[in-house]
Amino acid sequence: MDKNTPAVSLQNISKSFGGVPANEHVSLDIYRGEILALLGENGSGKTTLMNMLSGIYFPDEGQILIDGEPVVISSPKDAFRYGIGMIHQHFKLVDVLTAAENIVLGLKEKGRLNMEQVAGRVKEICEQYGFEVDPNQKIYDMSVSQKQTVEIVKVLYRGADILILDEPTAVLTPQETEKLFAVLRNMRSSGKAIVIITHKMHEVEALSDRVAVLNRGRFVGDVMTRDTNAQEMTNMMVGHPVTLNIQRPEPKDPKPRIEVEGLTVRSEDGVLKLEDVSFTARSGEILGIAGISGCGQKELLEAIAGLQKVEKGSIRFVEDDGSRDELIGKDPMEITSMGVALSFVPEDRLGMGLVGDMDLTDNMMLRSFREGHSVFTDRNGPRKLAAQVVKELGVITPGLTTPVRRLSGGNVQKILVGREIASAPTVLLTAYAVRGLDINSSYTIYELINKQKQAGVAVVYVGEDLDVLLQLCDRIVVLCGGKVSGILDGKTATKNQIGLMMTTVGGTREHE
Amino acid sequence: MSKQNNAPLIQISKRRELPWYGPIAIRAAAIVLALAACAVVTTAFTGENPLEIYHTMWTGAFGTPRKTWILFQNIAILLCVSLAVTPAFIMRFWNIGAEGQMLIGGLATAACMILLGDKLPNPVLIGIMLLAALAAGGLWGAIPAVCKARWNTNETLFTLMMNYVATQLVAFFVIVWEVPKGAGKIGIINQTTEAGWLPQIGSYKYLLNILIVAVLTAAMYVYLTRSKQGYEIAVVGQSQRTARYVGIKVGRVIVRTMILSGALCGLAGFLLVAGTDHTITTTIAGGRGFTAVMVSWLANFNPINMILTSFLLVFLERGAGEIATNFGLNHSFGDIITGIILFFIIGSEFFIRYQLRLRKNAGKEA
Repeated sequence: MDKNTPAVSLQNISKSFGGVPANEHVSLDIYRGEILALLGENGSGKTTLMNMLSGIYFPDEGQILIDGEPVVISSPKDAFRYGIGMIHQHFKLVDVLTAAENIVLGLKEKGRLNMEQVAGRVKEICEQYGFEVDPNQKIYDMSVSQKQTVEIVKVLYRGADILILDEPTAVLTPQETEKLFAVLRNMRSSGKAIVIITHKMHEVEALSDRVAVLNRGRFVGDVMTRDTNAQEMTNMMVGHPVTLNIQRPEPKDPKPRIEVEGLTVRSEDGVLKLEDVSFTARSGEILGIAGISGCGQKELLEAIAGLQKVEKGSIRFVEDDGSRDELIGKDPMEITSMGVALSFVPEDRLGMGLVGDMDLTDNMMLRSFREGHSVFTDRNGPRKLAAQVVKELGVITPGLTTPVRRLSGGNVQKILVGREIASAPTVLLTAYAVRGLDINSSYTIYELINKQKQAGVAVVYVGEDLDVLLQLCDRIVVLCGGKVSGILDGKTATKNQIGLMMTTVGGTREHE
Repeated sequence: MSKQNNAPLIQISKRRELPWYGPIAIRAAAIVLALAACAVVTTAFTGENPLEIYHTMWTGAFGTPRKTWILFQNIAILLCVSLAVTPAFIMRFWNIGAEGQMLIGGLATAACMILLGDKLPNPVLIGIMLLAALAAGGLWGAIPAVCKARWNTNETLFTLMMNYVATQLVAFFVIVWEVPKGAGKIGIINQTTEAGWLPQIGSYKYLLNILIVAVLTAAMYVYLTRSKQGYEIAVVGQSQRTARYVGIKVGRVIVRTMILSGALCGLAGFLLVAGTDHTITTTIAGGRGFTAVMVSWLANFNPINMILTSFLLVFLERGAGEIATNFGLNHSFGDIITGIILFFIIGSEFFIRYQLRLRKNAGKEA
């Protein structure tokens, strides 16, 4: 194949949803033997653009060329025919089937299905690129990273040689990320074209050959990765210079605020989610919680917030005068009426923290609607609060009566965080506060959290980006399979150390 | 080389917000198209003049003052049931047991009329009848709600089954209280004394019912959009996890709302038995408990819109009946017309939310 003919050439592509443009006249070339990083803020149209390539959306305008030939891709089937495979953020696998069964699902091959042959072919692909997949393992027995591997093998099995990965590292540990990158590099050397959508600058620098940047649906430009740096890429993405430093002010007069002791939690179906967890969160300090997703972070925060049944242990709120109140066995209402100002930014923003179909005002009212003795709601206060949050946090919204579902992820999060901070909390719990947010919004959130810390709030920050945890948090509790693997000082801990502690209790290298 | 153009011929995409007159125009167009389609069907199958058919529908609904009053009485009862099921629907609690809740409310009313008929002064009797109807309907709503809140039972099946229980109870008591013995029906209760009959306003038999439901409509609108309880219902309906997160006791809201829903269905039964029919039969609810589901959905759960949607459905029903008698056609023909019109109206909702675009570059490559 001529190296100069792009594998895919997008020419002048436009797409809008309900009159809102998602992509405007984007032209982009993708080459074989190259890893292209597609960068852009939330809502800048990266995923939409790639969805048009994989046949999920159809462009309003423009032309797609594959190997120089104009083509029409109107369904995922068409995309497969042209060798385009996309690995989505949310996996599309059937839990009760095995890896091999998922891989052949939906394929129409002639003759009888020979699962042994399929397994053999899967093994072949794995060996070629360095994957580790057991074709006969059921999906529900797999970790997130294994599921992702199955997704990748699935598109390779179908003969894809143009791969698109949408934020593939969001759910992986640093070690798993390294493995994925090694595989992607192998694929590059075998001549595949790879596009990776990501927010993480250091990954772009570590992996990609070329970077293409989108801003508000428009193509800003592309540069070779070796000729640029994180600061420059961020500026391109945001459209103006931004500073990329996370502050870590010294904790001011830290005093114990929440004491967790011997906490044991089981999920409804009896699975042990937390086992004998103990730590103390202090006022004026950010306590980070690190761990592979799903190893007890959610249960931990929900237990503190009064939303999770606890089997054993205690969670005590410590007043300034040293008196202690037990929080276990109380629901959120009772905790509030005890005078504990506890704010909680949950992981599931639209499913728990906010109501997607309600407007900004009604969402602000969620915390305060009970105030007063009237049987009627008072929307004046919440409306003022909504206007204030919009103004102070720079929320981009058509108005206060827009359902929050219509807003982009970053703006949704600003509204949630804004509401939770507005009640002047003494304890602030946040779960994945910046998940899916672009750099600009992320830094706004870090700043807000730091302000709370300086105001003497005890902040518990559950995060997934270890670089951020290390820069932001004063102390870091590392969870591993529901147990505390260790508590580290944020200033001295290293990424590798945390990564190991996340996978093995205590962080020793026993089973590698 | 001829390349086959397999770009989709029609693309469906979400509309941007329409101006206020947009949805009205689309719905009006739907009605015009529906009438045109009905005209074709009518001429093809019956050979009648479609305009005459439409005229007959109109006179069926508004032809005489009596017909007009009956129309409004039917709207009032249907609207009452629709208002009753709406809070449950907003809560995503699929109460399809309105029929049974109405029946049981009507049965409680009739029981009071028969058993306490001449023992109490009329205003006291009516008060007791009303309370009994509300309590019975509320109970019928509360039972599936408690089971839902406690054990997460399926409310659709549960409320549906409760309908049969209510029907059988009514059938049983009709035999217990039948007049005369062996007639298999109760007949007009307290025909001579009129004990427990709702008072008439002037000479208008149905006016009181209509006024009561009008007040109820306004009250329900305020309850749903302005009250704290209405807000709680909306939050629980959108996301039970969010509700728990802000400390709303979900089970309590479910039970409270279903008691309200059931009690208002009971009120509809009370209005039917005490206000107009003065008897009870197993078919007194007449399927309104199910039609109400459509009224409520079509109105987007907005009580004010429900006035229009209940009017539409009752109008079509009355008109269809008139066509059947006047033209000597099978009653099913009226139902066909109703079906066509509803199809167009419900279908038009799609065009309010989405737009279709034909392929632009068709033939461009040729």
